[in-house]
Amino acid sequence: MAHDDAHHEDAHHGHDAPKITADRVALPAGHPLRRLLPVGGAVGALALVATFALGLGHPHELYSSYLLAFFYWLTLALGGLFFVLLQFATRAGWSVVVRRVAEHVSGTLPLFALLFVPLALAVGQLYHWSEAGAMDHDPLLAGKAPYLNEGFFITRGVFFVLAWSLLGWWFRRRSMAQDTSHDPGATRFLQSASAPALIVFAVTLTFASFDWVMSLDPHWYSTIFGVYIFAGCAVAIFSLVSLLSMALEKGGGSKSGGPSGGPLAGLVTVEHYHDLGKLLFGFVVFWAYIAFSQFMLIWYSNIPEETVWYRHRLEHGWKAVTILLAVTHFAIPFFYLILRRTKRNRPLLAIGCLWMLAVHWLDLFWLIKPAVGAGPMPTLLDLLAFLGTGGLFLATLAWLMRKPATVPVGDPRLAESLSFENM
Amino acid sequence: MSQPLLSRLLSRLPWAKGGDATDPAELRLLLAEYESPGALILAARKMRDAGCTRWDAHSPFPVHGLEKAMGLKSSMVPLFVLVLGLGGAAAGMALQWWVSAVEYPLLVSGKPMFSWPAFVPITFECGVLGGALGAVFGFLGLARLPRHHHPLFASQRFERMSDDRFFLSVESDDPHWDRAADLLAEAGASRIEEIGGDGSVKEVHRGSGITSGPTSGTAADTAPGTSEEA
Repeated sequence: MAHDDAHHEDAHHGHDAPKITADRVALPAGHPLRRLLPVGGAVGALALVATFALGLGHPHELYSSYLLAFFYWLTLALGGLFFVLLQFATRAGWSVVVRRVAEHVSGTLPLFALLFVPLALAVGQLYHWSEAGAMDHDPLLAGKAPYLNEGFFITRGVFFVLAWSLLGWWFRRRSMAQDTSHDPGATRFLQSASAPALIVFAVTLTFASFDWVMSLDPHWYSTIFGVYIFAGCAVAIFSLVSLLSMALEKGGGSKSGGPSGGPLAGLVTVEHYHDLGKLLFGFVVFWAYIAFSQFMLIWYSNIPEETVWYRHRLEHGWKAVTILLAVTHFAIPFFYLILRRTKRNRPLLAIGCLWMLAVHWLDLFWLIKPAVGAGPMPTLLDLLAFLGTGGLFLATLAWLMRKPATVPVGDPRLAESLSFENM
Repeated sequence: MSQPLLSRLLSRLPWAKGGDATDPAELRLLLAEYESPGALILAARKMRDAGCTRWDAHSPFPVHGLEKAMGLKSSMVPLFVLVLGLGGAAAGMALQWWVSAVEYPLLVSGKPMFSWPAFVPITFECGVLGGALGAVFGFLGLARLPRHHHPLFASQRFERMSDDRFFLSVESDDPHWDRAADLLAEAGASRIEEIGGDGSVKEVHRGSGITSGPTSGTAADTAPGTSEEA
């Protein structure tokens, strides 16, 4: 248990505060997560090449598949940024031991600045509003032209990905610098930086959702759309942080800490998973709340230019997907994750997290694909693009994780986190 | 846990408690005082392992690991919340259906009489209300609250329960009542008082107050309960 370990270290060093050395929590040489770098990199590169090789003949399909894959992995990385900012903004003590994992996830954001390039080059082939002559007989589009035009769209996109990359990289770097400096001032500084960063995060995420996903259907608008995407980010990151923490508890090589081997073994306890599970459950409900709020207002006012968005998702075979989404993204996980036993049992929680990561993809599939006139069955291009961007994402993540301590060992709240208990 | 759920539930209802069979005037209590949360946990483990059933622990603040040391079973409150939450939601939806589609059908913007999406917010709120009432009254019922008096309040020392002392009390209908005082003393009680049904208090043991357990005051330092989880 965390406590015994902490006291053990204590006896070793003769300090009053429990100390964990960076060596103790380094990623061991033989850890399975290290394999993500070569495997993810190779699979990602190959799949991405295959995506573009197969798809160049049908650019509309290619770029809608690419957008779906890009946006799916991006929401995970953005979720990581949200997680880090949230912990600093709330001065959370419990989460210190799992925060480094999220810092690495948000550290992958520069990759998405790179992956945004194909999207920026393909605006005309993906977005109806940018097609030549689209607004000639369409007063609605003509009215939106000052915002929805290719130049401004790309400018905004570049600003979003650069802002995220900078925030993700910077928070990760400052936190890692604390591993050696042990300076409590670094924590205070990041705490005060996190609040304005959260504002930047909220605004950029909202407008990126409007631009990249909502504008696929340029006549339609929903002011809650950014919040809906945010709810998906949150669901994804609490799942991912739980799964990565479990992976870091297991496996390993010679430098292992506990009997089960991983660098986080004995540090992350069932108490941390309980809290991650509670947050996951909370955001599953939040997602449903936002999704239903959007639906009910549009259903109630019954204005054709708004209801058409749902109509696209209730016709041509999409109705089954809509129902499937409501059941698998809310009803089933609600009753599964509400149980205390699920959240305090690693294998059961892992099943819930994998499930949520899968239905989060279904959610984005349901948002993006009907808007480009695609049918409700995933295509080969969807799969290839998913593997391509995902492989690169996981390889980048493994690359970021290869050296630094897996726990912010210099954080003044680490001891509080290690001895955290729910009851 | 092998008992069927229903009989388990019934046996936990306040009026099914075995203790109520004893005439309150004849109920006696032992009140043991400990100087640290660590000592309280050690004492609780002793009581749990001896098979005592009619006892409780009292602390000025939540002590991590105490419920495990006491061997407390999981609470029935979540079940009340589930049943009343679902019941409240069902009642909320039924009320709106009956009002809008049966008793006083009123056409609103050409939608069907039973337009369930419009009823979801109120259904949700009724579910929350039912769940909250289930939590509050389920807890009060299981804890047999509110009550105006408890025999323990006869002890002057017990006032320090809200300040800097940790207490363990045993009721005389406990199966191991005869050796309860010895168990409490062995665990390192600094004092043990016996409280009679008439409200009389007499000291039956005074110890050194020195225990084998950790004695520092913070809960984080003294959470041996965590080691039981593995």
